[in-house]
Amino acid sequence: MTVLGWLQIAIILALVVAAAVPLGGYMARLYAGERTLLSSVLGPVERGLYRLAGTDPKVEQSALGYTLAMLAFNAAGVALLYGLLRLQGLLPFNPLGFGSLSPDLAFNTAVSFVTNTNWQSYGGETTMSLFSQMAGLTVQNFLSAATGLALAVALVRAFARSNASGVGNFFVDMTRSVLYVLLPLAIITGLAQVAMGVPQTLNASVTATTLEGAQQTIAMGPVASQMAIKQLGTNGGGFFNVNAAHPFENPTPFSNALEIWQMLVISMALVFAFGRLIGDRRQARALVGVIALILVAGIAIAYWAEAAGTPSLLAAGLDPTGGNMEGKEVRFGLAASAMFAAVTTGLSDGAVNAMHGSFTPLGGMVPMFLIQLGEILPGGVGSGLYGLLVMAVITVFVAGLMVGRTPEYLGKKIEAKEVKMAILAVLILPTAILGFSGVAAVLPDALAGLGNAGPHGLSEILYAYSSAAGNNGSAFGGLSANSPWWNTTLGLAMLLGRFAYIVPMMAIAGSLAAKPRLAASSGTFPTHGLLFVGLLTGVILILGGLQFFPALALGPLAEQVQMLAGKTF
Amino acid sequence: MSTHTPAKTGSPFASPELIGRAARDALVKLNPVSLMRNPVIFVTEVVAALVTVLFLRDFLVGNPLAFTGQIMAWLWFTVLFANFAEAIAEGRGRAQADSLRKARTDTVAHRLRNPSDRTSVERVSALDLKLGDHVLVEAGDIIPGDGEIILGIASVNEAAITGESAPVIRESGGDRSAVTGGTTVISDWIVVRITAAPGSSFLDRMIALVEGAERQKTPNELALTILLVGMTLIFLIAVISLAGLGRYSAADVPVPVLVALLVTLIPTTIGGLLSAIGIAGMDRLIRHNVLAMSGRAVEAAGDVDTLLLDKTGTITFGNRMASEIIPVPGVSEHEAALIAVQASLADETAEGRSILELAREKYGITSDAAAMAGASFVPFTAATRLSGVDVADRSIRKGAVDAVKRFVHSVDANASTGIAAFDAAVDKIARSGGTPLGLAENGRLLGVIHLKDVVKPDIKERFAELRRMGIRTVMVTGDNPVTAAAIASEAGVDDFIAEATPQDKLAYIRTEQRHGRLVAMCGDGTNDAPALAQADVGVAMQSGTQAAREAGNMVDLDSDPTKLIEIVGIGKQLLMTRGALTTFSIANDVAKYFAIIPALFIAAIPELGLLNVMGLHSPQSAILSAVIFNALIIIALIPLALRGVAYRAEAAGTVLARNLAIYGGGGVILPFIGIKLIDLAVAALGLA
Repeated sequence: MTVLGWLQIAIILALVVAAAVPLGGYMARLYAGERTLLSSVLGPVERGLYRLAGTDPKVEQSALGYTLAMLAFNAAGVALLYGLLRLQGLLPFNPLGFGSLSPDLAFNTAVSFVTNTNWQSYGGETTMSLFSQMAGLTVQNFLSAATGLALAVALVRAFARSNASGVGNFFVDMTRSVLYVLLPLAIITGLAQVAMGVPQTLNASVTATTLEGAQQTIAMGPVASQMAIKQLGTNGGGFFNVNAAHPFENPTPFSNALEIWQMLVISMALVFAFGRLIGDRRQARALVGVIALILVAGIAIAYWAEAAGTPSLLAAGLDPTGGNMEGKEVRFGLAASAMFAAVTTGLSDGAVNAMHGSFTPLGGMVPMFLIQLGEILPGGVGSGLYGLLVMAVITVFVAGLMVGRTPEYLGKKIEAKEVKMAILAVLILPTAILGFSGVAAVLPDALAGLGNAGPHGLSEILYAYSSAAGNNGSAFGGLSANSPWWNTTLGLAMLLGRFAYIVPMMAIAGSLAAKPRLAASSGTFPTHGLLFVGLLTGVILILGGLQFFPALALGPLAEQVQMLAGKTF
Repeated sequence: MSTHTPAKTGSPFASPELIGRAARDALVKLNPVSLMRNPVIFVTEVVAALVTVLFLRDFLVGNPLAFTGQIMAWLWFTVLFANFAEAIAEGRGRAQADSLRKARTDTVAHRLRNPSDRTSVERVSALDLKLGDHVLVEAGDIIPGDGEIILGIASVNEAAITGESAPVIRESGGDRSAVTGGTTVISDWIVVRITAAPGSSFLDRMIALVEGAERQKTPNELALTILLVGMTLIFLIAVISLAGLGRYSAADVPVPVLVALLVTLIPTTIGGLLSAIGIAGMDRLIRHNVLAMSGRAVEAAGDVDTLLLDKTGTITFGNRMASEIIPVPGVSEHEAALIAVQASLADETAEGRSILELAREKYGITSDAAAMAGASFVPFTAATRLSGVDVADRSIRKGAVDAVKRFVHSVDANASTGIAAFDAAVDKIARSGGTPLGLAENGRLLGVIHLKDVVKPDIKERFAELRRMGIRTVMVTGDNPVTAAAIASEAGVDDFIAEATPQDKLAYIRTEQRHGRLVAMCGDGTNDAPALAQADVGVAMQSGTQAAREAGNMVDLDSDPTKLIEIVGIGKQLLMTRGALTTFSIANDVAKYFAIIPALFIAAIPELGLLNVMGLHSPQSAILSAVIFNALIIIALIPLALRGVAYRAEAAGTVLARNLAIYGGGGVILPFIGIKLIDLAVAALGLA
């Protein structure tokens, strides 16, 4: 580890916070229905859209109505994208003449992009037409991110309101998220990426003459437009197979810094917006504290593990200052790769600028464990905040009884209904990850896809299901997932991880909205101080650790101790 | 405050008979149908049965048995220990129920054929009484059922219910008209209208409550159970998936070991102690002579935000007391005091006696009845609002200020000396919240006696404690606002309702509840009943009317309104104990992982021995030690579950920090030490 490396990490984090605070204020006003900076420009467009759709923006939905609207909207999204991919061969903007996708791959990809996972069982530049990339995938990049934002805002409203029946209007929240937050930011940062060298063209490839005089075809396309939203919306689905390690997706250390900033900024801003919407910014600061604590610890462990390198290679005479550079881009180096890995998994982005499977076992366990913690640090756009709030509900319940009162969070009593739904939501991740992994680990069809033997192979399985169920989408590398077993089960894991989590979460929202918001007294469990930061961090780590420790012990931990003992596979 | 309880046992934990009975009950409770109420322990029983089947299979095919046998035994012990905890808690209640049941012997009732005719009675069994029957109860009789006195007055021994043997007066009309079946009339006679059908009387409910027969899960208990079920499911998934993950890694884990891992991880500690904690909480209330009609009310007590307290008897002593005597100019303090004493010699009221006491302590005047030979005393009447004494040609009067002035003018129409000073003193006393009492002799005003409500000495600190816990105290009084404000500020309450009518109380409670606050109050009169019913925690006094007792959700057998503060503390302690043991139980899992995970996989991946941070003897002893620790910790924590965690009135932040350090931090560290010690023993004994 170097001072320069840490400086790089610190500067990016500082820039994120500097932007997230004002952006949070802007988003709070937006979702409260107040005038914002862009209202005079976008207001007419917004009202026009409502008229076109026949939506009355003043009519609110109950939590159930909101959830049903969201489910219907997303089901339509899956169907549309599935159809589009299946018919790709017949559709325009297909200069390289790619054929249609197989049913299981189309299912997997449609689910993947609608659930904000962006797991890719395919290589973008060798599978997808420009039309599929633009009209299919990029559109879902916006919509899945907006869905997350809308749901999180609905939950925040449930906390903020007292004795209320409505939690907002799903279509209004969607429209505002896309129009006022995602589009402007995507346009600005997309242009910045173009300036840094990311291509934006309808030409599918360029032919270059190499130094040896050979002809080389290099794939291109409308990369910047997809890159911007892929990062901002914590989608992570790359235009190219190697994602943000590709020079056209991520050409320079500066574009790399911008991409990390893009991933974090909206999720962090939403936490600050949450503080304003509930009228107590200290609560938001406590959550930011938890996020910072675990995320920085994750970055530090990954950075340390990568900088330490592998003993066998060091013994073979490798320069010890280089650390473990396998699978990493020289233009990014150790610090920016470790940070990217932790951030992309602490979020639910899943873009990668290095191959996580090539990290040292411990370094590679960091992104895997961050996904298994639920991607709440700060998590996907919207999904991170609601996930973190569900964890806060559980934390308050477990420890809150210790102050001798029925636990309250943000003035709402946490009772049987909330606990039941929170537990149902929390059960989804271990069920999907460990359930599928346990089966895949003994199933020949599944094992055929593995790229490595031994504990590393187990890590590939665990990582794939973690990534899918956590709606992350990053790959460990090594696993060949484009087979019916993997496409189908990963698709199911993605659906479970997204919607089986959302439904109980929204049930909590409905129950909380109807409750009175109690005034805090000195007898109330304080949820804004350092004590709560420590407590919530502890519960997240212990609960996550308890669920996944046995599995991790057989995968990355076993590999790490064996690596230290000089054993290879 | 009397805290004498009928069934108070010497030992805080349990007597040998109680333990023996509980041990038997623990076996009875193995019945899976009844155990299903407790999902965590039910799961433990199911997997224990599974291991038993495997053990029998091993036995039949002649496999080695020692290890599986020991795991099996400790799994069953885990279930039994949890059952034992519940049985102990129930047993303590049962002892009390038995003593109560003695009061419910089959009594004979004298039923009036005609309610208005006291001479014509028929003898019937108390069990045959119906609602609305009228019975005559005479000295020496046991009152056959709950009811309202409609005629007569009697002294009643309520020791059967309250444990207090000093008799109390019960009479028709007013706030002391309710009688309880099973209590005994000591003197005189009363006619009682029966208000509770046999089987649903106060005594019956009390027996059912202390026995725990009516026990239903309280809201927080229910929510906690759901959380524990969720945790159990999570670990079930983690352990079952390990079968597949282990096979991949060539580390096939035998089923008994998987079961051992599961049982050590699922929250058996809190699962096993949860119902004992709830029963013990009710029991603690009963030991304070408070009967809660539901567990829900006990929990609500912990959540209370606002306490409505009657001024009289709770905040101040019941009576006003003389605190100073202010003479008018020309009269010495000593002279005024002497005359005040003479006016009060025959005054048997508390105010009158407090004047004598003040004179003795402050002015050294001892009452000398002999000097008053031939005096004729003038008693207080509502019409004159004066009392005093006529001796020789002197007419001494004390009483309401305007009445005293009128008296002076009636003797001497032109009397004017000292009127200005007299009025000034009256004014000053009224402003300070006191009650002025005028003093005069013949046509001369002598001075003003300051009667003061005396605030109980330690009440201010208790209110400060409550404030630190975030609880507001509100004083309810019939006094005028000036008096009320003065007492409120002296006692340190947060708010007061002056000139309070029952409607005011009800309205205040509703307002508080609209703001999302939980309100507790106590009351005894029939006009308190609506407010008692509206309050989240309504504590009725045992001495109160039947209506009040029906409306409240708790009854204080000592009729001590101050006890509301204790009740809040007991409610909070109950919740704290549950939270603390839940946190402890979950924190324990960290150490258990470090014991079991390396043991599971060390054969396949020897390098994982690095995780064996406790340096446990062998994989088998590690697993066994974790299971043994898991079982023994339940037994070790039974006293804590029954006693409740240490409770002090402090702000939530402070309480949380301390409990988190003890039960969270301790929960992480203790099992590392415990498992290591057990492992040393297991290795030394050669068990594994």
